[in-house]
Amino acid sequence: MPDRRHIWGWVSVMTAMGIGSAAAQSPSPDLERLVRQDCGSCHGLTLKGGLGPDLRAERLSGRQPEELAQIILDGVPGTAMPPWRPLLSQSEADWIANYLLSRAPE
Amino acid sequence: MRALSFITAAYLAVAACVSGMVSAHAEPPAMRGTGDLGIVIERASGSLLIVDTTERRTLSRLEGLGDLSHASSVFSRDGRFAFVFGRDGGITKVDLLTATIAKRIIQAGNSIGGAISDDGTLVAVANYEPGGVKVFDSETLDEISSIPATWRGGQSKVIGLEDAPGRRFVFSLWDAGETWIADFTKSGPPDVTKFKGIGSQPYDALVTGDGRYYVAGLFGEDGLTVLDLWQSQPQPRRFLQGYGRGETALPVYKMPHLEGWAVAGERLVLPAVGRHEVLWVDIRSFEEVRRTKVHGQPVFAVARPGGRNVWVNFAHPHNDVVQVLDSLDGRIVAELKPGPAVLHMEFTPRGHEVWVSVRDSNVVQIYDARTFEKKAEIPALDPSGIFFTSRAHQTGL
Repeated sequence: MPDRRHIWGWVSVMTAMGIGSAAAQSPSPDLERLVRQDCGSCHGLTLKGGLGPDLRAERLSGRQPEELAQIILDGVPGTAMPPWRPLLSQSEADWIANYLLSRAPE
Repeated sequence: MRALSFITAAYLAVAACVSGMVSAHAEPPAMRGTGDLGIVIERASGSLLIVDTTERRTLSRLEGLGDLSHASSVFSRDGRFAFVFGRDGGITKVDLLTATIAKRIIQAGNSIGGAISDDGTLVAVANYEPGGVKVFDSETLDEISSIPATWRGGQSKVIGLEDAPGRRFVFSLWDAGETWIADFTKSGPPDVTKFKGIGSQPYDALVTGDGRYYVAGLFGEDGLTVLDLWQSQPQPRRFLQGYGRGETALPVYKMPHLEGWAVAGERLVLPAVGRHEVLWVDIRSFEEVRRTKVHGQPVFAVARPGGRNVWVNFAHPHNDVVQVLDSLDGRIVAELKPGPAVLHMEFTPRGHEVWVSVRDSNVVQIYDARTFEKKAEIPALDPSGIFFTSRAHQTGL
């Protein structure tokens, strides 16, 4: 993430505007870049999978955003998926979950 | 007169490279060696730069190499061709002199890296999907052999594929916790030797430059496993067991890498997993000698050729820093701040300079490896791996 202050600013603006848990339609270039570049180091730049599983929307269909957000925040014990809670807020994880579920195929 | 016209022709060819005109069709290459050439992967755009490490500049840019996240490369023995392994299962054979793609195949759904045999005839690639290793003729990229990584759980993802002397490839199975040696000494299908129970979730491996030791790092437990390839019947041996001392591991936001010059003198230098430490191990006894507390989760701990210093970069969110360690006492002697997302470091063949890719600044920075002074910077799009042709002559690279 190039600039965390920017993301915090964005999240607090969103909160101030009363926007709920996840606004997947709101653009967040920094979070999107985090997903592609940093999540991408295990899940692939196009998120088709690598050491970690395929995260393309069609593969995630049926999964709930809350469930994905929790995996992002707490990780998956026994696997290489780390908990992101030290680095991401609940609303950032919610945004990522919705982003993953709604991405158009590449 | 003839000499003069040759110089003119060479000048024109170089000028054409600079203006990016060479790439679509092969023109006769300017007469030059390749010993100071290399490539820089531009991971997000499926492209690479062909670079000159003497002039510290880009010669040309090549596109159309597919998904290059986590891409790596090996080189033909003559140093003319790079074999680039992409995430999408692609192998692209790149001609560094003509700056063209000589051949490109898609051989699997999802890949993680490759190796070239000591005689230069075989190129092998490790696949996640379908899990296994495939081996190709380095001249034609025709498939020679396919080795599915079959175990009781199905087909395992393969990691840590390395070349070993005598037309052998050694690799490990992430899901199965096994190391296999595929021996291509004889023609026909390889002899495959399997070592079970090498440890939980091997995540990467290295072969030492002398071709003797294959070292696999374990993600699922605190420790590593070594195979002595000089033995006629090598036995896997665990070392650094319990190096985490029972403390809870920190989250690992990027898997460490082992491949590289990780040997400094008589020490093996290894990134700890889930700890902000670099571990120093005696290369004969495999006992821990010391550990250095560093800035974050190390990703690469790469010894400068000759082993004088070890350069370390780090996982997100500490990836804007590089620390340089002294191999004599393990102390940190320099801390550089190249910028956000330092992904890789590559030394020039004898180690006088080091190239550092800084992904989020879209540059490659070049440092004097002794004074740590920045010498130059070249633009690149989301640069990741940097690979120089000197790898052609190194076992395990």
